Parts: sequence; C-alpha cells; structure tokens
Amino acid sequence: MARVVVDVMLKPEILDPQGQAVANALPNLGIEGVSAVRIGKRIEIEFAGGADADADLDRARVIADRLLANPVIEDFTVRLADDLASADT
Amino acid sequence: MRIGVVTFPGSLDDGDARRAVRFGGADAVALWHGDADLHGVDAVVLPGGFSYGDYLRGGAIARFSPVMGVVIDAARAGLPVLGICNGFQVLCEAHLLPGALTRNSHLHFRNRDQRLRIESTDSAWLGDFGVGQDVVIPAKNGEGRFVADAATLDELTVENRIVARYVGGNPNGSMRDIAAIRNEAGNVVGIMPHPEHAIAALTGPSVDGLGFFTSIVRAVATGRAGRMAGARA
Repeated sequence: MARVVVDVMLKPEILDPQGQAVANALPNLGIEGVSAVRIGKRIEIEFAGGADADADLDRARVIADRLLANPVIEDFTVRLADDLASADT
Repeated sequence: MRIGVVTFPGSLDDGDARRAVRFGGADAVALWHGDADLHGVDAVVLPGGFSYGDYLRGGAIARFSPVMGVVIDAARAGLPVLGICNGFQVLCEAHLLPGALTRNSHLHFRNRDQRLRIESTDSAWLGDFGVGQDVVIPAKNGEGRFVADAATLDELTVENRIVARYVGGNPNGSMRDIAAIRNEAGNVVGIMPHPEHAIAALTGPSVDGLGFFTSIVRAVATGRAGRMAGARA
C-alpha cells in the first residue's frame, strides 16, 4: 500500500486572506517578525495493493490535476509519504 | 416551457430558483444531482448554496456529479445555463466559464442588497435588461471574489463578456468589480448575487431579478435561446 501526499497551495499571485488573518494575529501571541503566512492543503491518498510507486504518483497527479487543485488559482506537488518520513523530525 | 433547477446535496436556493422560474412564466422542473438526465428542459439553473458542503472548494465536487456531465455537454451544445452563487462556482470549476471564485478579500460573509450595473445583454438570460441599467439584488457570499489572470480579464472585457459589475461598493474584492460573466456564445451566465431572491416585492428588495427569468422565457419562446452572442459575431 502506497501513500501519496499532495500539497495544494494558492499560486503566489493569488491573495490569501486567511493567511493574512493568521499573520495579523501573531502579535497577539507575542510573536513578531513574521512577514507573511500562506495557507494551503495537504491531502494524503492511500492506494490499495501494488507497489508501483511511479504509477501511484501518476494517479495522484491525475487526481490532483482534475479535482484536488484548481489550476486557475492553485499549484500542487505530489510525493510519496515515505520520502516525507525521512524529512520529518 | 420547462426550466430545470438542479438540487445538489447542500443546495439552499433551489426552492427560490424554482419559484423564480414560475414567476418568470415557465414550469420549474426539479433536477437531481445523481440523475444524469435533463428530462427535456429548455434551460437549466444551478442554484446557490453549499453543494457537497463546499468541501475542497466551492463547486469542485458538484462539477463531477452525474447531472453535471449532461449539463456540461448540453451547455457546450448551446443549452442556456444560469449559475447563481454556488452555481457560478460550479460553472467555473466545470470550465464552462473562466476564472475562479475565492474567499472574500476581507474574510467576512457579506449579506446585503447590492447594486449592480448590467454591462452586456448578449445572452438569452439578459434580453429584458438594457446596457447600463442598474439593478438591486441580494448578495450573500463568503467566497464570491472573482479572480482570473490579467489576460483572461482583458479578454472578458474586450469580448464584452462581463455581464454585470458591482457599483456602490464591491462586496468581496472581486477583480474589476465583476459580479457576473458569460461564455463566448452567451448561453452560459454565472452571477454571484441572487436574482431569484428579488422577484416579488413581498420577499425581495426589488423585482429586478425577475428579468433573468422573463428573459430566458422570451428567448426560448422565440427560438433565440442558443448561441445569441455567437450568432452576432
């Protein structure tokens, strides 16, 4: 079973009022010096069976392109969760 | 004459849309999201609400519902389709209209009677309006900010496809004050405020919204409903 992680982010030129609201709240936490916050989505997809990681990544790309991200306003990346495990602390 | 109104799980304004269709002079036909059949209707309204809970993005999941498969094919063949609020989002997600609708720039849900200026009437949904006419209809949205890249915005402007703009204050930060747009052929119109809530003095701030529904009835009755704008070009 392969798990693929899809990250969806608003394109840089698209206004992110949610991120701005979070950034504006940070001084209330006593945190200064944050110049920008942008909010995206992380989606984890689990594929049944097979161990063909490339095929699963391709399927995840199709899912992300057609449904998870709107290419008008968002970019996405796909990667295997195993790759993330080593990157995570 | 029969005009279909689609109900998705989470649609809120399908009842008002059917009422508006009746006030406009047509029979309202309830269409179901899971039924890939238009039941011979002459036009379709995609109503406001929160289809599929607005999960992922407004309209993103509704766009893949069975009924939308047939709506998309029919719209490409010239069937008149009006998307209101969430319905506008569905039309953008289905790529029947360009651009996207994003969270209001100020993050507030806006619910108010809104003045719009009609800027283009080259559509079966707009024949009873005049260019430059002001109308007042309710706006109620949290994700109504129309965005598109500069080239698309220029194209919409040059091709006279901006149907209506906000005047007297932009309620959501929409680019170029866009409240409504149409496709190239003119049969598909998306509008963020709610004409179906402004069709009778008892229940709305005006009766200005009724014009969308009387326009389509007149256009279908006279056989001008399809590619009105395309025929002019």
